Amino acid sequence: MLSIQNLHACIGDRKILKGLSLEVRAGEVHAIMGPNGSGKSTLASVLAGRAGYEVTEGRVLYLGQDLLALEPEERARAGLFLAFQYPVEIPGVNNAYLLKAALNAVRRQRGLPELDAFDFLALIRGKMKLMQMDESFLNRGVNEGFSGGEKKRNEILQMAVIEPRLALLDETDSGLDIDALRVVANGVNSLRGPERAIVMVTHYQRLLDYIEPDFVHVLSDGQILKSGDKSLALELERRGYDWVRQEARVA
Amino acid sequence: MSSSQHDLDALVAQKYRHGFVTDIESDTVPPGLDEDVIRLISRKKGEPQFMLDWRLKAYRHWLTMRAPDWAQLRISPIDYQAISYYSAPKKKDGPKSLDEVDPKLLATYEKLGVPLHERARLAGVAVDAVFDSVSVATTFKDKLASVGVIFCPFSDAVRDHPSLVERYLGSVVPATDNFFAALNSAVFSDGSFVYVPKGVRCPMELSTYFRINAANTGQFERTLIVADEGAYVSYLEGCTAPMRDENQLHAAVVELVAERDAQIKYSTVQNWYPGDENGVGGIYNFVTKRGECRGADSRISWTQVETGSAITWKYPSCVLLGENSVGEFYSVALANHYQQADTGTKMIHIGRNTRSTIVSKGISAGRGQNTYRGLVKILPSAEGARNYTQCDSLLMGDRCGAHTFPYMEIKHPSAVVEHEATTSKIADDQLFYCRSRGISEEDAVNMIVNGFCKAVFKELPMEFAVEAQNLLSVSLEGAVG
Repeated sequence: MLSIQNLHACIGDRKILKGLSLEVRAGEVHAIMGPNGSGKSTLASVLAGRAGYEVTEGRVLYLGQDLLALEPEERARAGLFLAFQYPVEIPGVNNAYLLKAALNAVRRQRGLPELDAFDFLALIRGKMKLMQMDESFLNRGVNEGFSGGEKKRNEILQMAVIEPRLALLDETDSGLDIDALRVVANGVNSLRGPERAIVMVTHYQRLLDYIEPDFVHVLSDGQILKSGDKSLALELERRGYDWVRQEARVA
Repeated sequence: MSSSQHDLDALVAQKYRHGFVTDIESDTVPPGLDEDVIRLISRKKGEPQFMLDWRLKAYRHWLTMRAPDWAQLRISPIDYQAISYYSAPKKKDGPKSLDEVDPKLLATYEKLGVPLHERARLAGVAVDAVFDSVSVATTFKDKLASVGVIFCPFSDAVRDHPSLVERYLGSVVPATDNFFAALNSAVFSDGSFVYVPKGVRCPMELSTYFRINAANTGQFERTLIVADEGAYVSYLEGCTAPMRDENQLHAAVVELVAERDAQIKYSTVQNWYPGDENGVGGIYNFVTKRGECRGADSRISWTQVETGSAITWKYPSCVLLGENSVGEFYSVALANHYQQADTGTKMIHIGRNTRSTIVSKGISAGRGQNTYRGLVKILPSAEGARNYTQCDSLLMGDRCGAHTFPYMEIKHPSAVVEHEATTSKIADDQLFYCRSRGISEEDAVNMIVNGFCKAVFKELPMEFAVEAQNLLSVSLEGAVG
């Protein structure tokens, strides 16, 4: 589904990704772990199409097409979803309004009829229950005055409504208390399925207790140094990242 | 509040039918301004002596005044002797049909959903003075007359209701008030007059749109609205499609009077030609708007959406004289390309327990410069006065500017005055967030801007609010990216 091949990317003249490769197939859940500054968030940003990053080498294929040639909205309509590390506030714009517009943009692309207000409300009520969110969230401004945890829940709510093919979770666990983490993980797990892939970028192993990955990768200094199954995450938790780096240096 | 030569001609022709001594050919006086021109204007309009005296007094005072230069505006000098003050100069090359109209303008009408028969009128194409909607207007007038509401062109009011005009004209904005108001008082062409009698709730929103015969009243428009005790009226000014307009300078005056327990709601959507992308052309809009809450428990609300004009200089204000009276000002002002807007309000608290609310939303894009200028003045007599001010600025791109000048003069210790101000950029983050949800960049900009303006739009009458949103999105086209 997603094939990242020798990806190099920089911000200005600072090189951040230095030959990153990764294969993700439908139905898989991948966790990308790594220390601060290793390029985790850059990877998520480049895949979603945020401005300010320059790809200098390599390519990314998504469902067979050149992902990097697409505008951010085209990527979204093609089924890619980024759950933001820091979701922005958009004052005055109704949360439900944005979500309905987003859902219908994706549905149009899939050749499905747009949902009217009634069908949309029915759909979203179910999803809000899953995310344990109060309905009052619908009528508030997008992320306006939300707590950190509420913002993250709202991201996963959007994801649950939009039902992307490929979900990128950028540090979704950061700033969540244990109850909120469980709710968010629940939302993510409900989306697991043979047609869908999930890539989680995270700092801590904690999230992986709730969302069990099929693969764990260690990202350091812009490259994936080591890949393994979920036991790798536990080992990282125990031993830190240095040994991976040393191992890579020796190799 | 708009102008096209054809309708002005129609108006003049109509007066002729009513038996005024008017010769169409001589209806355009040569450019220039002196007392003779003013006498001529007054004579042609068949005005009573008090009107002429009033005009002359204004003119003589105007001669002693200088154009204000305190606003945050760059204005090239205006030659007041180069303007014709009665019946604007004939259009040299007005379009004969819609085929000759700028396709860009037509595309805009299309987007705004302006009906076909309206497009020609807006674009300044010569059309029959008899509109489809004349019958609508007649029904409308009958309905108003049945409840005693007077709604007519200002000239008609001078003729038919001279005592009302004499009593209220200049009682809120004196002829000598400021440079542009004095000029307007001396030479005003026409405008609207509204009188809502005691205890009457005006049964419909009044709009110049319906007052067809005087819809286009030229560059020196004068409007006077009086709500007598316990009366209510909502007035809509402007139309929500961009107007082709031959006049560069507009200097209008609007006066509102709310007697005891009366309420006036005045909504404006101003979208005159803003000049092109390079700042060439565009209307200079110098307006004096003021309302007086004369009686106790009265209320005046100004709501404005200003998207047009190259230069906007206007400060719709409230003088809160009556006890417990309320003044409100809700504003969205947009400055795109090379537009400059210096706008805001004055809330003058005189009576006890008077309250005022100011919500101003300034949007700057391109090289636009947007200034909020407001005064909250609480006099020693205004015990228990309260004001709440919120002014927010939104910047798009990095070549535009937003400025805020809130003045406060508080002379009573019991006053409660709150002021909140924010300046934000349409952050790339916000745009990216929307786009990463599949929403196009243009839709995302509209969504963010409309969210920003929400507090003002909700004050507009429903259908006006929808059109204002459309208009804003048209005005902002290409502002990002």
